[in-house]
Amino acid sequence: MNNNETTTKNEMAPPKSSIGVPGWLKQNLFSNWWNTLLTIIFTVITIYVVKGTFTWVFFTAEWSVVSENFKLLMVGQYPDEELWRVWTALSIFTALVGISWGVWKGTMGHVSIFLGVVMAITMVVPFIAVGSRIWLAANIGLLVLGFAIGKQSEKLKKPVLVGWFLLVPIGMFFIEGFGLLNEVSTNFWGGFLLTCLIAIISIIASFPIGILLALGRRSNLPIIKWFSIIYIELIRGIPLITVLFVAQLMLPLFLGDTIELDKVLRAMIGFTLFNAAYLAENVRGGLQSLPRGQYEAAQALGLNKAKMMTFVIMPQALKAVIPAMVGQFISIFKDTVLVSIVGLIDLLGMAKKIIANPQFLGTQMESFVFVAFVFFMICYLMSYVSRRLERSLGVGER
Amino acid sequence: MKRKWFGFLVVILSLSVMLMGCNNEESAEETSLLDTVKDRDLLIAGVNGELPGFSYLDSEGNYSGFDADFARAIAAAVLGDASKVEYRPLSSKERFTAVQTGEVDVLTRNTTWTLTRDTSVGLNFAPVTFYDGQGIIVPKDSGITSIEDLEGARISVESGTTTELNLADQMRKHGINYEAVVYDSQDAAVAAYESGSVDAYTTDKSGLVARKAIMKDPSAHVILDDTLSKEPLAPAVIGGDDKWFDVVKWVVNATIQAEELGITSENVDEFKDSSDPVVQRLLGTDGDLGSQLGLSDDFGYQVIKQVGNYGEIFERNLGPDTKFGLERGLNGLYTEGGLMYSPPLR
Repeated sequence: MNNNETTTKNEMAPPKSSIGVPGWLKQNLFSNWWNTLLTIIFTVITIYVVKGTFTWVFFTAEWSVVSENFKLLMVGQYPDEELWRVWTALSIFTALVGISWGVWKGTMGHVSIFLGVVMAITMVVPFIAVGSRIWLAANIGLLVLGFAIGKQSEKLKKPVLVGWFLLVPIGMFFIEGFGLLNEVSTNFWGGFLLTCLIAIISIIASFPIGILLALGRRSNLPIIKWFSIIYIELIRGIPLITVLFVAQLMLPLFLGDTIELDKVLRAMIGFTLFNAAYLAENVRGGLQSLPRGQYEAAQALGLNKAKMMTFVIMPQALKAVIPAMVGQFISIFKDTVLVSIVGLIDLLGMAKKIIANPQFLGTQMESFVFVAFVFFMICYLMSYVSRRLERSLGVGER
Repeated sequence: MKRKWFGFLVVILSLSVMLMGCNNEESAEETSLLDTVKDRDLLIAGVNGELPGFSYLDSEGNYSGFDADFARAIAAAVLGDASKVEYRPLSSKERFTAVQTGEVDVLTRNTTWTLTRDTSVGLNFAPVTFYDGQGIIVPKDSGITSIEDLEGARISVESGTTTELNLADQMRKHGINYEAVVYDSQDAAVAAYESGSVDAYTTDKSGLVARKAIMKDPSAHVILDDTLSKEPLAPAVIGGDDKWFDVVKWVVNATIQAEELGITSENVDEFKDSSDPVVQRLLGTDGDLGSQLGLSDDFGYQVIKQVGNYGEIFERNLGPDTKFGLERGLNGLYTEGGLMYSPPLR
């Protein structure tokens, strides 16, 4: 197709038919009979699809399956009277996002705005309970307040980083209870909450294991090297579903009656072990992309091995493989739906269970579209953040 | 430093694996699940969770359905409170392991009672709660009324299931030529049937009923009377725990017995002063049947009062007033031409 930015040699104004909307249309859509035909065909198809989708979404679909089961889809059977704990965990997260937005600006701002918009939309949706609306409003407030605080002082960088590190244990404390609050059995965790928890915990836990395995595979010590290689190749040679089945079904048989590992914990362990092997290979790719000179330069400075790795090698290696790692994280997030076949009720499993309710028979399309929408939003956010991160860290330009 | 730790970790791991191996052999203690459930004050029941009418999550987040009700009945009998149940949704692949490892106390998950599952899988099956069987659904205007009319028909079926094999067996037996159109999921098989690209669709009758209820025009389809296979669904417990097995068995029997006697959750209090010794024994106003099972004597009363008799459970979840509109058929009492029959509670 022609480019509409052709420059004219003479000083005369271009003919009317080649500028503005008609000009653009002519040049790009109707430049010859073949393009014209394509344009017409695809316009017809697009109109047909859009109209069908529009009619279905706004008139045919029975969204009551989503609205009436919204709580189930989000947090599963988490008891109503303990819901404040999930909200508290979310609020801490929101506050951290807000402060980070103030301190670092840039990408965090986009994340904050995304989060704020999602919360605002959820707040005005008619079927949300009043209590949840208050929490959502408070969260939006926290986001803005965090921004205001973060903007004031650059000194907050360290505390905020510490906060992010503590977020997971604190969040888990609120959600699980750990004996101090009323314990909420993992049996009641479900829906989007469970999906997020499994994904987040396994991503975070697999990170150090993956790095250790990557280093181990490059080690000169045969035992460590071979252990790493065997582990990585073994796990990578097995489908995730098998790892999950082993974690869910075989582990209890091995452990006997004495040690009872929680079902959700077993799934998290399965995901972590699986993710670590893939992550190790990603990190190894980053390590190998570094020129020898980097190692030699670090040694020449008199750094010992641990310092060399922490301050010179790892930052560069990890930076180089951000796209690959985020790809891995996105796939882990989506793979969490596999837990529904080992009896945990993640977002997809919950959708399957509520459409078995005779009241909502025949609404699988609506439920699954909703699930797909949620997954798309999260995955797109992840890949967007990764792209921004790459740009700000200058990945690919050395 | 890091390397030393690694070696240490490897040693610890292998040691603990060995220790656990020892543990496994010692842990075969002789405590009945009945005591475990009582101590825990909670029954853990394995359910399907995704089968309309049998077990599903309602909007309040509680499990409901036919299978869930039997779990509640057992809880009512053992713990005196039908709400003390924790449900574990199980896939068809993990359901038996869950029983074997003791993760669930009882499996009320539309499980067919077969010889293999009784023996090599090591389960014990309580009395059948639902007599299912494979059926065939056809459009009403097709004029097909029995399996013989299916000569030359295209029938959609899920791949890799016993359904497919049963269909082949039955068709060969009747000498009927047909074409099996195999799909890898039930949704796809049903979609093909509804769009008219095949003449019939086959799966378990309870499944057919559920599927029929959600078709665009349910009244335009009929389920043939022919049954291609026997699928008796029954609650199951781990083999070798007779005490617990007896409890589950007699709870199911009590619900059937109650229907035979006409005792429902509504009128059970009136029956409390009944002079009929059969009623008295069931409700625990006379005799010590409950104590013999290790339960309280009024376990029958609790089950009926809190959950209902067999007929009520059936009608509530699958009967004519529900979307499924299932007739009792084989699941009726023996006095009404069905197969439901309770041995005497005495």
